[in-house]
Amino acid sequence: MTQTRGIDYGHAVRDAVLAGMVALLVFGPITGLQLSGYEVVARMQWPLLFAGIVTLGRFCMAVWVQTEAGERSLARMRAKRSGGVTVAEGKGKNWQQKLVPFALIGGLALPFILMDNRYWLTVVLLALIYVLLGLGLNIVVGLAGLLDLGYAAFYAVGAYVLAMGAQYWDMGFWGALVLAMVFGALLGMLLGFPVLRMHGDYLAIVTLGFHEIIRLILTNWVSFTGGPNGASAPLPTLFGLEFSRRAKQGGQPFHEFFGIDYSASYQYMFVYLILFLFVVAAIVFCVRLRQMPMGRAWEALREDEIACRSLGINHVTVKLSAFMMGAMFAGAAGVFFATYQGFVNPTSFTFIESAMILAIVVLGGLGSITGVVIAALVLIMLPEVLRDFASYRVLAFGIVMVLMMIWRPRGLMHIVRPRFTEKGA
Amino acid sequence: MLEIRDVSASYGPIQALRDISITINRGEIVTLIGANGAGKSTTLMTLFGEPRASSGQILFDGHDITHVQMHEVARLGIAQSPEGRRIFPAMTVEENLIMGTIPVGTEHAGEDMAKVYELFPRLKERRGQRAGTMSGGEQQMLAIGRALMGRPKLLLLDEPSLGLAPLIVKRIFEVIREIRAAGTTVFLVEQNAFHALKLADRGYVLVNGKIHLSGSGEELLTNPEVRNAYLGGGH
Repeated sequence: MTQTRGIDYGHAVRDAVLAGMVALLVFGPITGLQLSGYEVVARMQWPLLFAGIVTLGRFCMAVWVQTEAGERSLARMRAKRSGGVTVAEGKGKNWQQKLVPFALIGGLALPFILMDNRYWLTVVLLALIYVLLGLGLNIVVGLAGLLDLGYAAFYAVGAYVLAMGAQYWDMGFWGALVLAMVFGALLGMLLGFPVLRMHGDYLAIVTLGFHEIIRLILTNWVSFTGGPNGASAPLPTLFGLEFSRRAKQGGQPFHEFFGIDYSASYQYMFVYLILFLFVVAAIVFCVRLRQMPMGRAWEALREDEIACRSLGINHVTVKLSAFMMGAMFAGAAGVFFATYQGFVNPTSFTFIESAMILAIVVLGGLGSITGVVIAALVLIMLPEVLRDFASYRVLAFGIVMVLMMIWRPRGLMHIVRPRFTEKGA
Repeated sequence: MLEIRDVSASYGPIQALRDISITINRGEIVTLIGANGAGKSTTLMTLFGEPRASSGQILFDGHDITHVQMHEVARLGIAQSPEGRRIFPAMTVEENLIMGTIPVGTEHAGEDMAKVYELFPRLKERRGQRAGTMSGGEQQMLAIGRALMGRPKLLLLDEPSLGLAPLIVKRIFEVIREIRAAGTTVFLVEQNAFHALKLADRGYVLVNGKIHLSGSGEELLTNPEVRNAYLGGGH
């Protein structure tokens, strides 16, 4: 690298404009187009805002990599990519990996199978939302070992971002999904700072308090959130097509556009499919995270904080990143929940929610992604399956839990530790 | 390489170190011996800033590290095998070693791991095993190996012989010699004064938070006071 000193601003501007255009192309159709009557109306304020952020960010980055500090870290990244060790791929696939294609096909086919059974469709949908929540809390509790009893606070915030965004800023599902993740992450960081020095029980109490604060704000700030009366949340749109029987303001609903009969299942099927793809992406993300230095740092921090720090890990950034990452998942899950319910109010986000999510993570086997997925599906769907037992339902549920704890006290799944090989070997 | 100048440190109202001065030159093995509670481990931890030195100065390679954060000290090239080993019990041996590469990145991880396995063949046999399930001696080997993965300029060892079988202690002291031969400076804190002084170029004796005696390893070994207090009246 023979780089002359001095910063090539022209290059930076060119890169930034290019990135902005791409962002506009991506965000434009998703957040900007709305159907009004039989015309597509462009509401460009959102895509323009997003594209603006991307442009500015790209410009800053382009300038930064040309400074000395930037060059150094770039060189470090290159060094990391070449040579060294890498996580070994297992020789034979284990049963979990073999199941992946079946789970994918099954998951995609499920809404079409359950099309006429809207009740079960909604149950599965809810279970998937809890899978997402479980994956997020798994980062905080399972990997980083930070006992968070207030996780539902971020979930609530995500849901309210959609409801409030729709009510006050005319924001749709897609915009809210992005914003809820950003907002959730910021809030996670906000909670992270004061609890940096806390562990175990103390951390649990503070996060519990944080959850109550958020819940009480949502309940009592009546003028903004609607308080206990709640607020309605919109359904997602498919390139501006709505899923209601009649589109608002004379817009065009999905079923009319495609010339098929209206079915109330379509909206759930659509939400399910988005959610399913989102969860798949989240699982891939989590699997990758576990193999990255960041994921290892979280686990090491759980094991021994002093050892971590004396090895050169900055425990502040590692802890904050765990909180942020977890909260980001919860924010997204909240948006899905709000759109699924069509309505949010504070009673959906009580302590029981946090406890439920924690139960999913613990039951799955702290840290195991497969375990979390199975536990979420079982914990949410089991009470529905047991409905036939009528008033014995809760008892049966309890018995199943107790038996689980006897046979599998450390959770459903054991964590497979990664192995390493030399790169290129 | 490392200079501790008149450093005092305390845990709350209890003063643990009083005006300690220790110098370590490049390529040396320096040992700090003393009884339980004399402040040996505190001395090491003060280098990492916990507890922070209340007075005095710590210089490493010309940098003043008296007020530097713990993780930044590690990145400057000081690694330690801490008191109680502090390995990551739920992680495998390999993962523990990889954690040690944080100060330098994983660029040379494969090569360095091979070197650690050469020093401690036992670790290679156990590479896929969870570190917490290993014996005390193996865990100590792992703690030293993990510290070496960061390619430190200065290696701090806190009682590597504690609670280990004599044969393993012997092996560990041999390895310390090999580590020095490979170019790493070693600061060894030990209760096992006999082995430590035999190995070290120079030594310091810590009593109640103060440096009581200092000299070359041989000098201290033959010093009657040291013999009486730490070598059980003579070996």
